[in-house]
Amino acid sequence: MFADSEKKKKKKERKALRERAGHLSERAACGLHCIKMTDIGVYAGKTPIIEHVNLHIHCGKLTAVIGRNGAGKSTLIKAILGERAHTGTIEFRDMKENKMKKLRIGYVPQHLNIKKDAPVSVYDLFASCISNVPVFLLRKKALYDKITSRLALFEAEGLIDKKLGDLSGGELQRVLLSIACTPVPNLLLLDEPISGVDQKGMELFYETIHGLKEKYDLSVILVSHDLALVKEYADSVILLDKTVLCEGTPQAVMESSQFHEIFG
Amino acid sequence: MEFLNYGFMKNALLAVLIITPLFGILGTMIVNNRMAFFSDALGHSALTGMAIGVLLGFSGTGVPMLLFALAFALLLTYMKRKSTASTDTLISVFSSLGTAIGLVVLSRGGNFSKYSALLVGDILSITAKEILYLLGALVLTLVFWLVFFNRLHAVSVNQSLAKSKGISVRLIEDLFAMLIAVIVMLSIRWVGILIINALLILPAAASANISSNMREYHLFSVILSVASGVLGLVLSYYLNAAAGPTIVIVSAVFFLVTLLAKPFFAE
Repeated sequence: MFADSEKKKKKKERKALRERAGHLSERAACGLHCIKMTDIGVYAGKTPIIEHVNLHIHCGKLTAVIGRNGAGKSTLIKAILGERAHTGTIEFRDMKENKMKKLRIGYVPQHLNIKKDAPVSVYDLFASCISNVPVFLLRKKALYDKITSRLALFEAEGLIDKKLGDLSGGELQRVLLSIACTPVPNLLLLDEPISGVDQKGMELFYETIHGLKEKYDLSVILVSHDLALVKEYADSVILLDKTVLCEGTPQAVMESSQFHEIFG
Repeated sequence: MEFLNYGFMKNALLAVLIITPLFGILGTMIVNNRMAFFSDALGHSALTGMAIGVLLGFSGTGVPMLLFALAFALLLTYMKRKSTASTDTLISVFSSLGTAIGLVVLSRGGNFSKYSALLVGDILSITAKEILYLLGALVLTLVFWLVFFNRLHAVSVNQSLAKSKGISVRLIEDLFAMLIAVIVMLSIRWVGILIINALLILPAAASANISSNMREYHLFSVILSVASGVLGLVLSYYLNAAAGPTIVIVSAVFFLVTLLAKPFFAE
């Protein structure tokens, strides 16, 4: 009886979270945008780090990339970002109008390259990423308000004047997520975005992502080590080891022989 | 204020009033970007730049020093990107090499003493024209800051994040490295190779102790930098000591004070 009401309460919380995330955009995911990556390869000299990677992702889907350490997951993310030179093509197609569009990417990093006591506030980082109003000189009211409203979508509006180093893991994650979603991206890249966050924070995070991609016109690629959460939230899974070994629904991939070879 | 009766002291004070805010601003991102080693190496490379100028028979050594520093800065940035070796080690190697080559060339024939002013600097010898160059450097830095600061800041926090926002990471890194090279070369003769890095780093590091956002960080850094510059210059006059090192000592005292005050500024 007790367990049941707990479950119900949790379900209600999740629903509320999803709805909040849904307010980000009026449009629902239409499934008519797709991102097609063909024969992606990244080489260190002549040694391939990843090669012959083909991915096809529709909007509204969460694709998880899993694999052992050094399988090339982060390299794939960097190639998609255009940070590492790669072979092959990445196309973003609008199937409604049947034309190519420029892909707008939102990225949530693994960690930030700042000291714990660095004098950087949430506003400073956010404004630096989305505007050219120099943060060392001005704090523009309009920009401040805009950032507050974007942070509010992830329940982070109260953090705007805090130092980045004073945030908890979960708070930092919500801030980074709202930066990644401003402006609304077509593709959200999450590179193991859950280090230093407790179990509850992790679940909340996944719920938010889930809500985002349900209501939004966006696809999500997530690099993760947490197979249990991947199983619960991913629409499809890619098992990567230099190239795509196996892909499909979480269940199919996790029952495959390749999966058992790598994860035992 | 009797020291202002001397023309050289007036010039020196003017130069300090330009260099210190400039260093206060530039230092903030050198500290945040953890580029202290880099700016130090650039300072040392001034010796090689000067040596090249001497070898090529330039009358003034400013231009070859500047060109060499720019090439050196871009080379270091390139190596940092390409190499998997630790950046600190790499920069140390280049810094030592830059110093050694310069010393070998300049000390041939046993008259290095001619160049020793480069080591500790001599702000009292600055002329009106050279003060104008410094003013140019200050304007250049301010313009760079107004136009590129946000992008530079985003890059320093996380390169991939900056890239995802359409910022061209390499260009920004290269431009910033070149800016540091220009500023270091334009001021090295007045400040000195041994001291320049302390003046770049200390005010910003002190400011970081008591700031909680970018505006405070810049404001305090500039204030502390100018205060140590003026106070140090005046002290050096009455102590009859070299100006640069006196300024460094004052800066260091400010740093220690802010370090002690730090707990009171945390929430």
